[in-house]
Amino acid sequence: MAVTIAKEKWTSKVGEMVLGADSSVKVGGESTLPYLHFEGEIPNKPVLALEVWDLEPADWPEILKKPFNDVLADPVAWAKKNVEYGADAIALRLMSAHPDFKDASPEDCAATAKAVAEAVNVPLIVIGCGVEEKDAEVLEKVGEALSGKNCLIGCATEKNYKTITATAMVNGHSVIASSPLDINLAKQLNILMTEMNLPANRIAIDPLVGALGYGIEYAYSIMERARLGALMGDKMLAMPVICFVGQEAWKAKEAKSPDEESPEWGAQERRAILWEVITTTTFAQAGGSIFVLRHPETVKQVKVHIDKMMESNAY
Amino acid sequence: MGLTGLEIFKQLPKTNCKDCGQPTCLAFAMQLASGKASLDQCPHVSDAAKEALDSASAPPVALVKIGKGEKELQLGNETVLFRHDKRFEHPTGIAIAVNDNDSEIAFKVGEINKLVFDRVGQTHNVNLVAVVNASGDAAKFAEAVKTVQDNTGFPLVLISEDAAAMGAALEVAGANAPLICGANAANLDAMVELAKKYDAPLVIKGAGLDELAALVEKAGYKKVILDSGAREVNKVLADQTQIRRQALKKFRPFGYPTITFADNPDPIQAIVDAGVYIAKYAGIVVLNTADPSDILPLITLRLNIYTDPQKPIAVESKIYEVGNPGPDDPVFVTTNFSLTYFCVQGDVEAGRFPAYILPVDTDGISVLTGWAAGKFTPEKITEMLNTSGIADKVSHRKVIIPGGVAVLSGKLQELSGWEVLVGPRESAGIPSFYKQRWGN
Repeated sequence: MAVTIAKEKWTSKVGEMVLGADSSVKVGGESTLPYLHFEGEIPNKPVLALEVWDLEPADWPEILKKPFNDVLADPVAWAKKNVEYGADAIALRLMSAHPDFKDASPEDCAATAKAVAEAVNVPLIVIGCGVEEKDAEVLEKVGEALSGKNCLIGCATEKNYKTITATAMVNGHSVIASSPLDINLAKQLNILMTEMNLPANRIAIDPLVGALGYGIEYAYSIMERARLGALMGDKMLAMPVICFVGQEAWKAKEAKSPDEESPEWGAQERRAILWEVITTTTFAQAGGSIFVLRHPETVKQVKVHIDKMMESNAY
Repeated sequence: MGLTGLEIFKQLPKTNCKDCGQPTCLAFAMQLASGKASLDQCPHVSDAAKEALDSASAPPVALVKIGKGEKELQLGNETVLFRHDKRFEHPTGIAIAVNDNDSEIAFKVGEINKLVFDRVGQTHNVNLVAVVNASGDAAKFAEAVKTVQDNTGFPLVLISEDAAAMGAALEVAGANAPLICGANAANLDAMVELAKKYDAPLVIKGAGLDELAALVEKAGYKKVILDSGAREVNKVLADQTQIRRQALKKFRPFGYPTITFADNPDPIQAIVDAGVYIAKYAGIVVLNTADPSDILPLITLRLNIYTDPQKPIAVESKIYEVGNPGPDDPVFVTTNFSLTYFCVQGDVEAGRFPAYILPVDTDGISVLTGWAAGKFTPEKITEMLNTSGIADKVSHRKVIIPGGVAVLSGKLQELSGWEVLVGPRESAGIPSFYKQRWGN
């Protein structure tokens, strides 16, 4: 009994973003739902980035520090290590700029970013410290220092997008647009940024994802809706989605709680890695395509999975 | 999809006899249309109308039950492709497999029974124990099924393609409606006969979608679980998507729940694959691990994906203590929307300081929504401060409210007599807020 394969006829696709000084990494461009090769094109694999901090992270659990033991205080060495671990991109987080830590100057941050960019041959994602005013100042200088490197910088919010968008346009970068778990807010920020003449394919949507067990379903549904919107022709939702999985997954109790504290949850290392892996692969099913991760084992496991998902399932 | 209430109404006797328990035939029709009533509740409907309505009003994915008693597992009744369209109805059943030639079956089943996790005051567990006829021996299979059945309350999945072995196992477990897994092109008639004999649900496996549809038609049995035969995650995703899409288009052979097998030889990838199946429509996922570090992420994922998007989950409104707080530690007020509460709790934990968190009952909505809806008010916060017992736990009288509702502070201070500190707008700012504002 022949079954007529049900295929949707989508009219549009996700925009394709190009990253890296040599434009070597492409992301987005899908003309169907995640990994439904029987229905459309999935030209690019998701990008898996590993985080580098410009100061030694104090509150990371031991399991997470272990793979970086000798490099945590040296962003350049850390970045190189991440490349060895197989990261497709480096996500440099300029935490030192935070007023609670070093309150580092934009110039100092720019110098670090430049040193990291020159030490590795993979694209750079540069993230501020999360204080919106400060990030605008910092990213302005960072954008300049990395001119021509074709980086992805952020996070731009409704409050600071103007400075960040301007610096990205002048210096040839793409921008992460963050909005809190609301598809309309995401769309609105994209409109504001494109109205400044930033091309739509130089924006990545950050829906501020939650980890497994901590609201993953909200971002999951927003991402599914954004992908459906993109496929049905809404250009202001047709951007690749970036998911800051590492920072969320490693905040979860299930990842941080040691063996002796929660024996009924099994061994911490396996559980913690799975927390980051499953958060990532679940978002991959909803349409996420840039993942900012923390543990190298997560990169390894997600890669194996993605390679399998990229194999055709056409009928 | 289904018929509208009015279309159904046309087929009813229109006598308003109330025998169905509804005040009018139209009311009954509306209940039928929304899936809240079934046609057998009307004793007077004509056979012709029944036939017309039955096929049209049946849910796109049939409801199938496995097991009996309080651990009975219900699957199916699904109506959407995306959870945001309505909701996913019956969470994926998680089955853990044991082999019949394993030497420690009772011990393994004991490990499976222990897979119970508490989350937001609810317990979550696996649902089924699958017994695999790995030995190929009928007597051994039946014996293993008996051992498993004697040691667990979970319904069973009996996995063997040998009808003789299945018959032997069903003599042991058949009365409890286990899932027979199952039928294929070679053994279809014998397996269907067994399923009918014990009135038990049956997995039908096809080599691909075409054969699966043909076998389901041929079987003519209604308690069916579908297996497209795919085992690689990329192909399973495609088949699961096709089966759900076809079911929603009312292609009847695919109008049943599905079963998937996370049997990737790489143990981590098996869990990843299972995660995909939970997100993408699987009725059952069979796993070969009972390690809690493998199962906890999957049970959590299932809980999240199957949450009703129209109904926010609330945490109980009471005092929560993070890190053994004492009389001098801070008191954070937030709402009882679980995501809000978890954000605050997570960020207090991230700050590594002890504190009390008081989620005010806002019917499970967030801070700003709660404020806008008049559910997160100075009166409600005051009531919580007065009745929760927090005043006996702390010696100070300072309460921290979310920065987004700074506007409440004046009134709250006046009503409660507590000094109000305005916290950060986003919970992520809590650790630095604590450093800068508490105890200095």
